[in-house]
Amino acid sequence: MADSEVLHAAHHIEYPYSRSLGPVLSAFMTGLRDGRLLGVTASGGRIVCPPSEYDPDTGDDVGELVEVGPGGVVESWAWVSTPLRKHPLDRPFAWALIRLDGADTALLHAVDAGSPGAVATGDRVVPRFRPAGERVGSLADIEAFVPEGGAV
Amino acid sequence: MTAATADERGPVTTLATPIALDFDFTPGVAQSRFLRGLEQGKFMGQRCSVCGKVYVPSRGTCPTDGVPTTEDVELSNSGTVTTFCVVNVPFAGQSIEIPYIAAQVLLDGANLSFMGLIQELPATEVRMGLRVEAVWVPEDELAPSLASVRYFRPNGEPDADYETYKEYL
Repeated sequence: MADSEVLHAAHHIEYPYSRSLGPVLSAFMTGLRDGRLLGVTASGGRIVCPPSEYDPDTGDDVGELVEVGPGGVVESWAWVSTPLRKHPLDRPFAWALIRLDGADTALLHAVDAGSPGAVATGDRVVPRFRPAGERVGSLADIEAFVPEGGAV
Repeated sequence: MTAATADERGPVTTLATPIALDFDFTPGVAQSRFLRGLEQGKFMGQRCSVCGKVYVPSRGTCPTDGVPTTEDVELSNSGTVTTFCVVNVPFAGQSIEIPYIAAQVLLDGANLSFMGLIQELPATEVRMGLRVEAVWVPEDELAPSLASVRYFRPNGEPDADYETYKEYL
């Protein structure tokens, strides 16, 4: 058999997983659907956002939920010049670690900055939530963060 | 800790996390030959020159002797159910009405069974040793795909003796 007769075909597999959230992440996702960002109180009074189910330092249960943000500060970022199909935006954007106001840890999300020159470590950003009717309880309820006071 | 919300839908308790993968599959020379056979409405296997076993579908080598399998063998359209499973559980993406029977079918002349659907028989009547034959799609729908085999159905022959397939369970 000639090599040209060897077959190839495009395949697509997909699994419709869903996960149970548990009390902490349930609260976090419910908050997102309500248009609010929540963190949890951990040891030493640290506020962890996105919330973890256990204290990241001691492994103990975490404490009360507290509202954080909505604005925050870019701690670090990477520019995505060619977004992939499953990325949150279909135009170039930055993945950024964002420490929300009142939180002591950073949340990973997209920053819709327009160009890599328009985002820098230390910049202030705010979330652009989807309309309330479109929110389902997911990090994608925030379409992206945008520069605070920016025109994007 | 509670997820307080004014939303009438109540708290969010689950998160959909679908995962998808797109890829190009290249079956290689031996499996391409098997798939080309399906396109012609027949089962093509390969015989090992050392142990004489016939593999269908062939991977191009004998897993026992480690030698390339080069002799092509056309197999029978009939075979024997060696073992089976009655599927009663619905699942996402299911394309066949339940209950249905998934069986390992050992084609006559082969030394390797492969999975097929059994139809034209109540699920309660399937059994080890059942003699079956392949039912193919219409000729103009034949393709290099196992989808060319619609299913297997009883071929009317008496059940096979356990001794003839006990090595293939």
